[in-house]
Amino acid sequence: MKIAIASGKGGTGKTTISCALALAMPGEVTLLDCDVEEPNAHFFIQPVIERMEKTCSLVPEVDADKCTGCGECGRVCQFSAIISLGKKAMVFNELCHSCGACARICPTGAVSETAKKNGMLTIGRKGRIRFVSGRLDVGQAMSPPVIRETLKYAAKDGLTIVDCPPGTSCPYVTAVKGCDAALLVTEPTPFGLHDLKLAVATIRELDIPFGVAVNRTNGEKNLISEYCETEGIPLLLQIPEDRRVAEAYSRGQVLNKVMPELHDALVSIPENLQQLIEGRPLQEGPVVLI
Amino acid sequence: MEIAITTAGYDLDAMVDTRFGRAPRFLIYYSKTGAFTVKENTQNLNAAQGAGIQTAMHLANAKVDAVITGNCGPKAFAVLDAAKIKVYTCAGCSLAHALELLKKGELKPAEKANVEGHWA
Ligand code: SF4
Ligand code: SF4
Repeated sequence: MKIAIASGKGGTGKTTISCALALAMPGEVTLLDCDVEEPNAHFFIQPVIERMEKTCSLVPEVDADKCTGCGECGRVCQFSAIISLGKKAMVFNELCHSCGACARICPTGAVSETAKKNGMLTIGRKGRIRFVSGRLDVGQAMSPPVIRETLKYAAKDGLTIVDCPPGTSCPYVTAVKGCDAALLVTEPTPFGLHDLKLAVATIRELDIPFGVAVNRTNGEKNLISEYCETEGIPLLLQIPEDRRVAEAYSRGQVLNKVMPELHDALVSIPENLQQLIEGRPLQEGPVVLI
Repeated sequence: MEIAITTAGYDLDAMVDTRFGRAPRFLIYYSKTGAFTVKENTQNLNAAQGAGIQTAMHLANAKVDAVITGNCGPKAFAVLDAAKIKVYTCAGCSLAHALELLKKGELKPAEKANVEGHWA
């Protein structure tokens, strides 16, 4: 099973929870850091790095000798990434979504697709945790291709935890779409609720089973728990506001160390999500810890 | 010479709009006759990306000779340059005044983009 740890809002604790989950699991687990614009799970996991791999995306290259300047490529491109002004077509790599349409439509075969490096994968291990982290190159605007490459390292069977990019746009969709279930992490603030609603609307569209985790709560009943109750969304984890967590985070320490009492709640998350996938009601009721 | 000027208005008293790709419209001025027409740029106002490129493309297809605008980014500039359209930048003045400056040779054609693209 692949679990996306996602959120509409940044800074809610996705990485903290992803790492805590991976460390709490009793068996082999794969942790993929798909927050490729600012990957940071490695600070907390501190894996032994085995190798690095380049990631590439295909962008068009125009052969000036073959290009007649017919402009077909520019008409078919939905992203204004290639245009022709009656002579050799110009390509703007940073706008290209690598759809391949220009190469296919070019009547003279002037467009070829060439691989351009856009990021790096760091592959390693820490104990039972297989660790892969994607990183988008500086100056690149398109993160989905790097996210897709990172997701290829998901375990065939067994548990994979995917630390997703924040927001609800293409990067979030790309990462979540590749998963079987999701845990949406948020905080009990008006901003947290607002962005959770966006994330929920998007994930419902994607039709992926999900539960919610609330970070930094001041009590079992809060903005988010009320929202989840009205919406019938399972609330799978509540992490209390605690200075120890912030201190640990700032030192690169993991949640499990400072809050060992969370262990059981963490371990039950994949089980609960599995039940949601199978459409079974959550038997013991969601684990709420305060 | 045909000169396209970015603007939010409809006549020569309007101000030069600082935006290029996302300018609401262009006033196209025919220097021979002093006549002008207005060309809307609405399809690009809401484009997610590539507005500058598309706008530059439209101006190239309209066969204008020069553009007066506030700011021009690198991609739009590359397209205008390829189409041999001269780019003049000026800010905070009316279209009439900008044309006056151009006539007097007080606007110099830009040799490169004067702002960074959004991706930078
Ligand atoms: S479709 Fe091919 S031949 Fe036509 S302008 Fe584009 S690259 Fe040139
Ligand atoms: S590959 Fe697709 S997005 Fe890229 S330039 Fe060609 S048509 Fe446009």
